[in-house]
Amino acid sequence: MNTDKNIKTLIVKKPLHLDCGKTINNYPIAYETYGSLNEKKDNAILVFHALTGDQFVTGTNPITKKDGWWSYAVGPDKAIDTNKYFVICSNVIGGCMGSYGPSHKDTDTQKVFGINFPVITINDMVNAQENLLDHFGIDKLFSVAGGSMGGMQVLQFVSNFPEKTKTAIPIACTSSHSAQNIALNELGRQAIAADSNWNEGNYTSKETNPNKGLAVARMAAHITYLSKKGLQEKFGRKLQEREDLKFSFDADFQIESYLRYQGSVFVDRFDANSYLYITRAMDYFDLARKFKGNLSDAFKKTKTKFFIISFTSDWLYPTQENKDIVIALNAIGADVGFVEIESDKGHDSFLLNVPDFLISIKNFLEKSYLDN
Amino acid sequence: MKYEFKVIADLIEKDKRVLDVGCSDGTLMKFLKDNKNINIRGLEISKDQVQKCIAKGLTVIEGNAEKDLKQFPDKAFDYVILSQTLQAFLNPELVINELLRVGKKAILTIPNFGYWKVRLHLLTKGTMPITKTLPDEWYNTPNLHMCTIKDFVNFTNSRNFKLFKSLALNDQNVSLISNTNLGIKNLFADLGIFLIEK
Repeated sequence: MNTDKNIKTLIVKKPLHLDCGKTINNYPIAYETYGSLNEKKDNAILVFHALTGDQFVTGTNPITKKDGWWSYAVGPDKAIDTNKYFVICSNVIGGCMGSYGPSHKDTDTQKVFGINFPVITINDMVNAQENLLDHFGIDKLFSVAGGSMGGMQVLQFVSNFPEKTKTAIPIACTSSHSAQNIALNELGRQAIAADSNWNEGNYTSKETNPNKGLAVARMAAHITYLSKKGLQEKFGRKLQEREDLKFSFDADFQIESYLRYQGSVFVDRFDANSYLYITRAMDYFDLARKFKGNLSDAFKKTKTKFFIISFTSDWLYPTQENKDIVIALNAIGADVGFVEIESDKGHDSFLLNVPDFLISIKNFLEKSYLDN
Repeated sequence: MKYEFKVIADLIEKDKRVLDVGCSDGTLMKFLKDNKNINIRGLEISKDQVQKCIAKGLTVIEGNAEKDLKQFPDKAFDYVILSQTLQAFLNPELVINELLRVGKKAILTIPNFGYWKVRLHLLTKGTMPITKTLPDEWYNTPNLHMCTIKDFVNFTNSRNFKLFKSLALNDQNVSLISNTNLGIKNLFADLGIFLIEK
């Protein structure tokens, strides 16, 4: 559990009935805010983070000392302009940056939860975060925005609370995890479970973390965030600080070295059990399920103005899956705009400096805010 | 704004739901939204044009009219607009049917291949006509199915579409097309504007 003084925490007293049947209460949600809430309280944007993100959207993350995960998009004068808007982001429950998760202690047993933490869903995450609106006295958000798993939370939020946001920006996401998505997540989970240090999730007591398994999970996932073309152009068959092949199993190629590095830095900031819980939540995500397969019904009451964005080279959550959401919304006459952004940076495009993407969000928000 | 757009806007009452198919940079959409309180949506194939629409605060879906109209439910709009694009589709008849399915009424504008300058160009020069409304060479034109005002009127008759209004446009002169003046209008209008219903 991260108890750093830089982490702001809201203790939620209201009981939350989880999809798994259990109920939690008096649980912490760790959050961060940027910009300031205006007097009318109509300029708040709730940003949802993706699988390995956290509440530190922009500026320097005080824990990792690196740039916030959405620094390109959020900040003064940026697409989500913190001079104008009040940005709130919280760590999802199940996470490892201060919100209630598997590294917390079970108050009944005084032991760290590990895999005894209840299995949570995207719905649970969103219901937990909705408490932040009350905390800040906000009746209606100006927008909810997020990419990847953040986009799934955007969809779930509008479905659960149709009156509580004026606009919504789901980016590079899906309304239902595909077999391929689940398969890739299962690969990561099995890599963690195969590390003997994982020890059925009880690693905290031994002070040894399943770093190898978690690193492999990250390496595999990282490949899915990039495009073939992007990888080829950046790395090709370039060798890593050597003139020729070594005829060994060292990292001969730059791409190998890059992935190993990505794996090694990831384990310093992320918890293996949280990785299991959050990937599970993504796999369980199927917004239409509660509505007998009719996605339109998930948004039936909505007056929210949607802006859906996908990327040409994203094969993890491809354009068609984003378009299916557009189609479901059009079927009920909802206000929905859609654009596919040209980018060879793969799924990660939403986190990177992709000017067409950033300008479209900026314009959408600015014009929608004027309609207030 | 093009005079054609003004004529189209005059055909639409206030406070309606309208879809502009091939909305380009959103000029007509913006006009309808600001001046007639129209609940307006656009469908546009070009990413650059979509961005221009977003910058104007318009709700636009990037997509292809031949594939993406099917996502809209029946009679989702009071009017569907298709400006000078019908001739560029692989299957114009299919598109017209889709327009009339998703819209209660459709407004189509057609560059008139029967216009005298077009006829004269082909007659005297013997090469494919190039005019203000048909600016491209034969090898790079997006147009696949050119027709004349007369062709279009005949087509709507053969399909039993109701022609509510047929207008001939030449520069800024608008006039009604009727059965009696069809031949003349087909010669002197460079654009036909039609309000139809199935």
